[in-house]
Amino acid sequence: MANMCPYGRFTHAVVRGIPETFGTVAGAGHENGENSVDLAKAQRQFGVLTGALRQKVGLQLIEIPPDPELPESWRIEDVAVIQGDTALMTRPFKDQRRSEVEAVRRVMSELNLTVVEMGSEEGGSGGATLEGSDVLFTGREFFVGISSHTNHRGAEVLADTFRDFAVSTVPVCGGARLKNICSMGGPNAIIISSSDGAKKTLRMMEQLTDHHYEMLTVPEDSAANCIYIKGPSNVDYLLHRTSDECPDSVPAFQKLPDYTLLPAACSEASKLGASLSSLCLLINRKHTYF
Amino acid sequence: MTTEAGSETEIKEKAEGSVAQPDQSEATEENQEVVNSESATTEGVEEKKEKEKEGKGISRFLPPWLKKQKSQGQVVPKETSPTKEVPSTQEEVGKVKEEEEEPAPELNGHAEEVEKIEEVKLEEFKEKEAESHSNASADTQPAKEEKIEENIEEIPEETKPAPEGEEQAEEHQQQQEEEKKEQAEEVEGQGEGGEEHPSIFQSPLRLVRKAKMKMVVCHVTLLDGTDFSCEVEKRAKGHYLFFKTCEHLNLLEKDYFGLTYKDSHEQRCWLDPTKEIKRQIRSNNWQFAFNVKFYPPDPSLLTEDLTRYLLCLQLREDVASGRLPCSFVTHALLGSYTLQAEFGDYEPDQPRPLDSISQLTFAPNQNKEMEEKILELHKSHRGLTPALADTQFLENAKKLSMYGVDLHHAKDSEGVDIMLGVCANGLLVYKDRLRINRFAWPKILKISYKRNNFYIKIRPGETEQFESTVGFKLPNHRSAKRLWKVCVENHSFFRLNTPEPPTKARFLTLGSKFRYSGRTQTQTRLASSLIDRPAPNFDRTSSKRISRSLDGAPVISITEAGRVSSPTSLTGAGNGREPTLELHSDSKSPLRVHGDNIYVRHSNLMLEDHDKTQEEVLKHQASISQLKRSFMEAPPPSPPQPNQWEKRLTSSPATTLRIQQQQGVSVTQTEATPADDANFSDTKELGKTTEVEIEETVVIQEVSKATKPAVVTVTASPSPAAPPQREVSEQEVKAAEEATLQEAKGGKQESVSSESESEEEAEYHPNVPSSISHTQIPEEKEEEEEEGEAEREQEEDKSIGNTVASQEAPLVPVEVSPSAEASSGEGEKSRTEGKEEGEGETEESTEDPMVTPDEAPNGHALPEEGITGLIALAEEEETPKPPVVKTEMVTISDTFAAQKTEIATKEVPIVHTETKTITYEAAQLDGSGDGEPGVLMTAQTITSESLCTTTTTHITKTLKGGLSETRIEKRIVITGDSDIDHDQALAQAIKEAKEQHPDMSVTRVVVHKETELAEEED
Repeated sequence: MANMCPYGRFTHAVVRGIPETFGTVAGAGHENGENSVDLAKAQRQFGVLTGALRQKVGLQLIEIPPDPELPESWRIEDVAVIQGDTALMTRPFKDQRRSEVEAVRRVMSELNLTVVEMGSEEGGSGGATLEGSDVLFTGREFFVGISSHTNHRGAEVLADTFRDFAVSTVPVCGGARLKNICSMGGPNAIIISSSDGAKKTLRMMEQLTDHHYEMLTVPEDSAANCIYIKGPSNVDYLLHRTSDECPDSVPAFQKLPDYTLLPAACSEASKLGASLSSLCLLINRKHTYF
Repeated sequence: MTTEAGSETEIKEKAEGSVAQPDQSEATEENQEVVNSESATTEGVEEKKEKEKEGKGISRFLPPWLKKQKSQGQVVPKETSPTKEVPSTQEEVGKVKEEEEEPAPELNGHAEEVEKIEEVKLEEFKEKEAESHSNASADTQPAKEEKIEENIEEIPEETKPAPEGEEQAEEHQQQQEEEKKEQAEEVEGQGEGGEEHPSIFQSPLRLVRKAKMKMVVCHVTLLDGTDFSCEVEKRAKGHYLFFKTCEHLNLLEKDYFGLTYKDSHEQRCWLDPTKEIKRQIRSNNWQFAFNVKFYPPDPSLLTEDLTRYLLCLQLREDVASGRLPCSFVTHALLGSYTLQAEFGDYEPDQPRPLDSISQLTFAPNQNKEMEEKILELHKSHRGLTPALADTQFLENAKKLSMYGVDLHHAKDSEGVDIMLGVCANGLLVYKDRLRINRFAWPKILKISYKRNNFYIKIRPGETEQFESTVGFKLPNHRSAKRLWKVCVENHSFFRLNTPEPPTKARFLTLGSKFRYSGRTQTQTRLASSLIDRPAPNFDRTSSKRISRSLDGAPVISITEAGRVSSPTSLTGAGNGREPTLELHSDSKSPLRVHGDNIYVRHSNLMLEDHDKTQEEVLKHQASISQLKRSFMEAPPPSPPQPNQWEKRLTSSPATTLRIQQQQGVSVTQTEATPADDANFSDTKELGKTTEVEIEETVVIQEVSKATKPAVVTVTASPSPAAPPQREVSEQEVKAAEEATLQEAKGGKQESVSSESESEEEAEYHPNVPSSISHTQIPEEKEEEEEEGEAEREQEEDKSIGNTVASQEAPLVPVEVSPSAEASSGEGEKSRTEGKEEGEGETEESTEDPMVTPDEAPNGHALPEEGITGLIALAEEEETPKPPVVKTEMVTISDTFAAQKTEIATKEVPIVHTETKTITYEAAQLDGSGDGEPGVLMTAQTITSESLCTTTTTHITKTLKGGLSETRIEKRIVITGDSDIDHDQALAQAIKEAKEQHPDMSVTRVVVHKETELAEEED
């Protein structure tokens, strides 16, 4: 259909800076764990990532200033699901995060995207929750991980928003998020962790899909979350965690033919359960009908 | 055949004289007859003159595609099939004769045959679906009668209603004329041949009506919203109406479409083409809708723009109604393509007011915003032709996730509301809009329903040990059955290369025998690729009201294929004539020339469609419409058709017999050639030794006689080199014969049980057996079959496989000979008639009588146990056993070839197709998974120029303490010229065996070399 084209074409990236309150999430202390996060390091890593997106990949970067009142607002991926001209503003699991949506919504409107509100679809407090880090869009279909943060009703809203596509729900095990165990590694390739939970999810995905994807299995969970972008001159860019963070998986990336690898560290954000893709929203404004 | 004296006026002589009559001689005869005939009025004379003209100069009038058909029919047998090129001496002679005769006679001879058929039908009062002959227009009634008489007598084999037919024809002449006048009135304003044709079709119907049948007017709502009225007899079957509708639409790629009706509960149901309409609708509301039944996954593969246009119309409706959900942007894009297709380029000077657009419905929630978007996008489509706009529309629509998904409400095992979606890839499970599960066709072993429960049995996954069954609850029994049917049909259409034969007799099991009867996607694509007509002109909705000149009057309905395809020829003939005459005479039209080929093919197809009812088959044969489409259906060397043949043949003895008869009468050779080709392709034998080829041809002939289709190829290859193989083949042949007999019995049973179709439950084992693996036996298939078979086998005798076959082997020859004789003799005719009549009244009962007379001898010979077992095998959907049959067939052919050379030549062609079937079936032949010991045999032959490899496979399954052990013994015979590297060939064979059964280990390899050429591996 109109919106269906190979995955990976993007023109814009929307990010949100890391606030000083990074890591001090109310009610999410357990996510912190015993590890204390290094705010400065997190901001450096954030800078590396955004720099790569802008300078290496060549995307237009839109950075929403951080809001100290919203300590998790840097996880911008969670608050919107964007496909084609449509942006679905999600309803995050935690009440505290729901106000993160406002700033993002403004940006979406400025980009002339059709903004769809989850609340309106759902009647507001329908109990639907959805976070973008549980949504894997492959260019052909959506997989929605049913996790601790995303429920079926949220997935239904997504399905109702993106009607052109099949929306399949898959279980996500172990408290993780779908994007923590898999991500797109190419127009037709999915990078997925080799953990047992990921395998289970993968099996379900394979069962549900009408399409065939190349599967790149990586031994470390952290390596499974990458950002793939097809650059302007048909260059395949893959942003992945550094070899320090996933030493066993980098060789697998290096075997990808003709890929430009862009290592980006994400150690601090990952301590909070996030990963590379959590930090940005990717948008394609040069949408072409065919 | 023998050349008949042109001076002879009597028809009977002709009939006796030869099956294939030379056209010229006939034509002369006809003329004389006309003069002599009492009934010949001035009109008749004129008409005949016209006929003659047509006959002589037909080629001029025929549109290019028709010509091509002719050429194919003729040429194919001769040139195409390698086997024929190197036929046995006897055959060669026969062929030469035929060939000589065929070219010239095509015009008249074929036409005559067609006429004959039609008359027979009239007498029988059966449905005459085939009648939609475009060409017939030229002939007048008197001419018809005469021709008919001639034809009838000439073609004794098919069905001899002759005396009756003649009388009736005479009686009805006046009536017909009156009717014709009426029709002419109806047709007023339509000057073209295409219009006339419809009338032709009707004429037989009307005759019938007067005799007995009541006519009913059916209203079919077409995709563009117009209504098409068609008069059918009350007993008409579904596909009669469907064909009529397709003719009206001038649609050739019709397999994607179907007719729907609303049942008493306002549920939309598909009209089963094989059953009487009246019994399906169960009400007096003869209201139908023409819809897309199978959404082609890739519409760009469709051949004709017309087909794409119709698909577009359906999708527009689907989108506008919300059945096919899509996003705002997609709605707008699709709408813009619709605008482009219907109205052409956006014109800035006269911007279309939004009002006009808003009169069109593009989406369920259409609003101004969307309409503006549609207009905006429409501007960007400047320059797109309507056809291209349709293509773009489809390219976008096909990617929608719900494209082609047929949704059914259901509940899962926990009572949660879900939707089950049936589509090309399998069965989808939705909860609300979310896809929560998916069962691809390959994963599904069995589909069944019981009361309001719907079950699918799932193949065990890699890590799982046991298959699982998933159950769903549907609102009621009807909906469960409807879902089941849709699944069966979709699986067959998209997953199989050839449709499965309907279930054979199951004594103890109640249940629907429903099977998909149409062509599969593979087949229809093949057929589409053969479409060779100028792209038909058709009006799009916007322009539809304006000019309809080309289209026949809607009432007549029979506008038919003729319009597009053969307008020139028909028109030429038809224009000069009075409309009345033309209407009646369809069958006699010049097109008949082609008729032979068409006819044969047609009959085959019909057989496929209706295994049980001979009547239908006959009707179909007669049907002119099919003649037109013969080329589409015409078996290209492609595998699919052969498979169908094989299956049919194997499955139902009765059908086989008919086929033989028919073939013998009409155009055996034409079909034979394609069949041969098919065989070759299947076996992959291109460069066979001359010896081999000869054998093959012989086999074919014999096979045809025997009514057993396929086997041919297999036998030929093995025979020269390896005597042991022959033995095997003989046994197999026996088994096959038995199977056919059993099937016949089964057919009877089925007919009896068919009434019980209200059945509360039914099963369907979706296997993708045949199509894919021509030569090799894929393990997957085997597995599927095994699983599926297991159940069946339990019911059946397990040991039947080889043993039975071997025991019964002697029987085979006996059976064959009688059948062949019967076919040639009058007995067959009577038989067929009887069958038809009986069927007409009660389908179920009819079949039994039909089968009995002919087959009775065979049936007696076979032991009951063996029969039942065989039946089960044959009947089983999974087709595991058919391969065995094929092998057998081959053997038989050798035995009989000498005896029935003459007959063989005529009848041979059909057999070839079956080869393929055998192969894959063989592949599927596995012992039952449940541990019951089963032995199945597979034989396949692969021939290359220098090498001939024959593989015979025994599969034994034993159940030991809950574990099933499968032992496969393969005997591979490698035969070839002296240059062969036997070691290499053997290594290759072993490698292939390993590939075929990757999960099995080769435990023993025994090599036995003979100087002659044979190697054996155990």
